[in-house]
Amino acid sequence: MIERTPLLNIATHLILILGLVIILVPIWLAFVAATHTLQAVNSAPVEFWPGDQLWPNLKEAWVQSDFGPKFVNTLIVSTGVVVGKITLACITAFALVFFTFRGRMLIFWAIFITLMLPLEVRIVPTYAVAANALSPFQTIMDATGISWLIATLSGVEVALEWNLLNSYTGLILPLVATATGTFLYRQFFLTIPDELVEAARMDGAGPLRFLWDVLIPLSKTNIAALATIMFVYAWNQYLWPLLVITDRATYGMVVVQLSDLVPDQLTTGGGTPTWHLAMAATLVVMLPPIVIVIFMQRWFVRGLINTDK
Amino acid sequence: MRRACFKFSWIAAALLAPQLLIIFIFFYWPSAQALYWAFTLEQPWGGGNTWVGFDNFTKVLSDPYYWGSVRVSVIYALATTVIAMGMALTLAIFVDRQLAGYRAYRVGIIWPYAVAAPAVGLAFQFVFNPGAGIFSYINTIAPGWWDLSKYPWQAVTAIVIAGAWKQVAYSFIFFLAALQSIPRSLTEAAAMDGARPLRRMVDMQLPLLTPTFFFLLVINITDSFTDSFGIVDTLTGGGPFRATDLMVYKIYADGFRGFDYSGAAAQSIILMLLVMALTFVQFRYVERRVHYT
Repeated sequence: MIERTPLLNIATHLILILGLVIILVPIWLAFVAATHTLQAVNSAPVEFWPGDQLWPNLKEAWVQSDFGPKFVNTLIVSTGVVVGKITLACITAFALVFFTFRGRMLIFWAIFITLMLPLEVRIVPTYAVAANALSPFQTIMDATGISWLIATLSGVEVALEWNLLNSYTGLILPLVATATGTFLYRQFFLTIPDELVEAARMDGAGPLRFLWDVLIPLSKTNIAALATIMFVYAWNQYLWPLLVITDRATYGMVVVQLSDLVPDQLTTGGGTPTWHLAMAATLVVMLPPIVIVIFMQRWFVRGLINTDK
Repeated sequence: MRRACFKFSWIAAALLAPQLLIIFIFFYWPSAQALYWAFTLEQPWGGGNTWVGFDNFTKVLSDPYYWGSVRVSVIYALATTVIAMGMALTLAIFVDRQLAGYRAYRVGIIWPYAVAAPAVGLAFQFVFNPGAGIFSYINTIAPGWWDLSKYPWQAVTAIVIAGAWKQVAYSFIFFLAALQSIPRSLTEAAAMDGARPLRRMVDMQLPLLTPTFFFLLVINITDSFTDSFGIVDTLTGGGPFRATDLMVYKIYADGFRGFDYSGAAAQSIILMLLVMALTFVQFRYVERRVHYT
């Protein structure tokens, strides 16, 4: 700092510590609840210090919610979404930046507009599409008379169906379209000097070789930044998996499992609410993305700021 | 804009196709579908749609429950935005002084961003629980005074606090990045002119943050409309007496529990227009008017 300000420094520390306490308190209370027995959690004077029941509670919550396969599922879906988003963002932005063709800006805007309407807003019709991902084409063919034509010519009734409910594809596919990622990649590709492209062409590299051998190695920081934010985004998906997956035993994801843990009349049947297990499960579910954000902090912050601005 | 390019070929088309196909199937088609449903009446058990014009909209707009939902959504949006941004701005300005422990403070404020909304809802349900959380203290002093499942204002307060808690990290990251991009020479010049740290905060840093401030304002309001589902679903379930029935939650409840696709579609269209209007304001006015650098 420029000048010595001992009093202000103390005030600064006090304010920041107060902020940290406010942020930590709810999770601390949840953590404490997860370390006590059922009786201790539900008795009147609240515990503020952890007890010794953390491990047994975690184990019981793990078994009760059948977290093993659900963690595997969540990991599969998150990886799928991350890989899918980065691949799509990269190749789309590449085609938009390094090729000349008419309608380039139109396509860019068509992708960019999708930012405006997040999944939550158009949830009902998107769900209907997931029940049959080919229904748009079916409707178009019916409306234009193509299916009638095919039916009269070949006698085959056109009935396209591709049900995405209760499948990894259904969980991943609607989430991989990415306006922010495409935008980030486009910004990066625009900074690539023309000389580099010319040099690559002089050496006889086609577009795909240029993409693979020059651009992708250059965009490693981009990939790290995008991967971090997209992983957190995918892991924390709630509404979409809640709807698409009815077969929770096979395809359930951990975050959705939380909706079953709310200790109300439904789950406890009027008994004592099992807060200690609910909180233990909450901790288990929230931990992986937190770890990622803390350890990948640099990339995470960069990704967040570059995609939204 | 770029001189050296490849000629358009099947390669470019093949690279563009996957993303365009996905946004067509999962974005443009459903949006069009919502528009179609909003103007027709769909029989949930099949049997086709009949054109009803603006009937669905008039039905939605004359429904007192819908206006209740709009009211609480606006309250939630404004309250979470004000609390989260206020707290984020304060913390960012003081973290930016870069005293000892600056990195630890930064991590300590950023990590809540990674917590899933339903996990936040569930943790806060425990915190606010009248029987087991810290609020059981209040109930030992004044029995029955605090109960989320009985008193609407308490339920609204709970979701606002949970929502604000989740939003702080996001705004903090942006405020801090903006503060750190203020050139050091500017700070030093101000110090030479005799401006003490507090004076610099008020007269130099805050004005320079205006673009970030407006950007975050719009983003936070938009997010509170769309991201609130997880918190409401695990914290209050829309109750008591529909007091926390936020717009997204109502669309979900009407569409998937009430099977009223047309009503839900009409509500979706209204929400879409609202989000689009906010984004438009963001691009058209905020980005242009407020510009210092």
